[in-house]
Amino acid sequence: MDAERVVIVGASHAAAQLCGSLRQHGCEGEIELIGDEPSLPYQRPPLSKALLSGESTLDDLLIRKPEFYEKQRVAFRRGRVTRIDRASGVVELEDGAVVRYDRLVLCTGARARRLELPGADLTGVHYLRDAADAAAIRSGLDGVGRAVVIGAGYIGLEAAASLRKLGIAVSALEMADRVLQRVTAPEVSAFYDRVHREEGVDLRLGVGVAAIEGDDHVTGVRLTDGDVVPADRVIVGVGVVPNVELARDAGLAVDDGIVIDAHGRTDDPCVFAAGDCANYPDGRYGRRLRLEAVSSAVEQAKTVAATICGKDAAISALPWFWSDQYDLKLQIAGLSGGYDEVVLRGDPSTGRDFACFYLADGRLIAADCVNRAQEFMFAKRAITMGLAPDRAALTDPETALAELLRAPSVVAG
Amino acid sequence: MGTITFIEYDGTTHDVDLVDGASLMELATTNGIPGIDGDCGGEASCGTCHVIVDAEWTSATGTRSGEESQMIEMSPECEPHSRLACQLKACPSLDGLKVRLPEFQM
Ligand SMILES: Cc1cc2nc3c(=O)[nH]c(=O)nc-3n(C[C@H](O)[C@H](O)[C@H](O)COP(=O)(O)OP(=O)(O)OC[C@H]3O[C@@H](n4cnc5c(N)ncnc54)[C@H](O)[C@@H]3O)c2cc1C
Repeated sequence: MDAERVVIVGASHAAAQLCGSLRQHGCEGEIELIGDEPSLPYQRPPLSKALLSGESTLDDLLIRKPEFYEKQRVAFRRGRVTRIDRASGVVELEDGAVVRYDRLVLCTGARARRLELPGADLTGVHYLRDAADAAAIRSGLDGVGRAVVIGAGYIGLEAAASLRKLGIAVSALEMADRVLQRVTAPEVSAFYDRVHREEGVDLRLGVGVAAIEGDDHVTGVRLTDGDVVPADRVIVGVGVVPNVELARDAGLAVDDGIVIDAHGRTDDPCVFAAGDCANYPDGRYGRRLRLEAVSSAVEQAKTVAATICGKDAAISALPWFWSDQYDLKLQIAGLSGGYDEVVLRGDPSTGRDFACFYLADGRLIAADCVNRAQEFMFAKRAITMGLAPDRAALTDPETALAELLRAPSVVAG
Repeated sequence: MGTITFIEYDGTTHDVDLVDGASLMELATTNGIPGIDGDCGGEASCGTCHVIVDAEWTSATGTRSGEESQMIEMSPECEPHSRLACQLKACPSLDGLKVRLPEFQM
C-alpha cells in the first residue's frame, strides 16, 4: 500500500476503530491521531447514563487502553486542526504546527446544538456532548434540588433518568407532543412517557421555551405560555450539529455532513470521513443518511480502513443503537423511518418489557426492544436477511423467534 | 501474569497477556484482535464479542448468564460454550485459557 502517513482528525469513536482496523488490514505506515480533547478516544454513551448517575468514572471510559495505541504504533497529538491544505497534503493546527498526510480521515463528530435564547449563557445551563460537559454537570450536583431538562430525545430522557436516580426533582420540557417523536412509533413514546411519569418526572409536552431566568446562575425556565419552571440546573438536549467546517472550508462537498461514498471517500481520493460528521449512502435503506450512533462510526471506520488499504469494502452493517433509562435497556436494530406498520410483542401499556417491530411493505426494517435482548438479536438478523415475518407469529409470545429465522419467508430484492 | 489465547475463525492464534480483572473483550480490543470490536463498551448490549470457550475450560470460566444466552442464542454459530467476552473476567486461574471466534459477529 502506498499510504505512508495516515492522519486522523478527532480522537473519536471512529478514530479508535480506525487505528486497529488499519493495522489489521495491513497498513504499515505512520498513523497520527490529532484530537482537541485532552483524552484518548472515550465512550460518550455513558456520559448521560452511568457516568451522570455516578456509577462509573471517566477513567472507565477509554475505548482502547493507552497500550493499544502503543502496540498499534499510533502517535497521539493534542491539538485543534484549523485548516486542511489539500494541494500541499497538510493540515494546520491552532498552535502553528503543520502535519503532512498521504491519507486524511476526518472523524470530527458533532457538537451540541446551542439554545439561542435570552439567559442561555447563565451558569448552571449545560449541554452534554463531551467529558468536560459531564464533569461540569456532575460538579456541585449535591446541592441541586431541581433540574430542568430541555428536549425529550434519548439524551434528554437519559439525563432525566440519571438525575432522578440521584433523587433530584426533574422537569422535562418537549416541544413536540410526545417524547422521542423523531425516532420512535407513538406506542414506544407512550411507554417512555408512562415510565418517566411513574419515576416522578414532571413531563411537559408541546411546550415552548421562551427564556432561561436568573441573575447570574439559573433559577428557572420561562415557557412561551408565561409559566416559569424553577431550576437550579438546566440540561439542554436539543440535538447536534455535525462538525463539517474543516471539510467545507477545504472545498469538500458537505450536505448535512461531509459527503462520502459507500467506501468512505470524500470527493478527494486522499480524504475520508467517518462517524457523526459523515453523510453516507445506505444501501439497505436506499437513501443518504447521517447517523449519530457508535455502531455506524465503527462500521464506517472499518470501511475507511479497508479502502485505504486497497481492499474493496462498503459500508453495509445494520445500524443499531441503545439507550439505558432506569431499569430499562432499550436496544434498537435498524432504522424505522419510512415504516408503514407496527407489530408489538408484549404490551407496552403495562410492565417494563416489550418489542416494537417496524415493517415496510411487509418486510422487517427496524425494532425497538425494551429489556428484550432476544428480540433485538432476532431483529438484527431478520432485517439483515430481508425477512418478511408472519405478523401473528411475531406477536405470539409462544412462537420461538429462532423458528422464524429457520423457515424464512424472504422477500426478494 | 499469564496468557489467554484467542483463535480466529481461520485458525490464526493470538496469545495475549492475562490482566487480572479485565474482561476478555478488553484484552482482545487492547491487543487489536480482529473480530472483536466491543461496540457497546462492555455492557452486553451489542453482542459483537461472541467467543466460544474451549470445552476443557468451561468449569473454570463457568457458564453463560441468562442475559448472555438471550443475546447469543440467536446466532447461527452459537455453541454450548459460547459466551460474550465482555462478561468473562480474566483471573489467574484462567491462565492458559483458549477461546475461539465465530466466523461472523452478529
Ligand atoms: C451523552 C451522549 C449519549 C450517547 N448515547 C449513545 C448510545 O447510547 N448509543 C450510541 O450508539 N450512541 C450514543 N451517542 C452517540 C455517540 O457517542 C456518537 O455517535 C459517537 O461518539 C460518534 O463518534 P464519532 O467518531 O463520530 O466522533 P465523536 O465521538 O463525536 O468525536 C469527535 C472528536 O473530534 C474532535 N474534533 C472535532 N473537530 C476537531 C478539530 N478540528 N481538531 C481536532 N479535533 C477535533 C472532537 O472534539 C471530538 O473529540 C451518545 C452521545 C452522547 C453525547
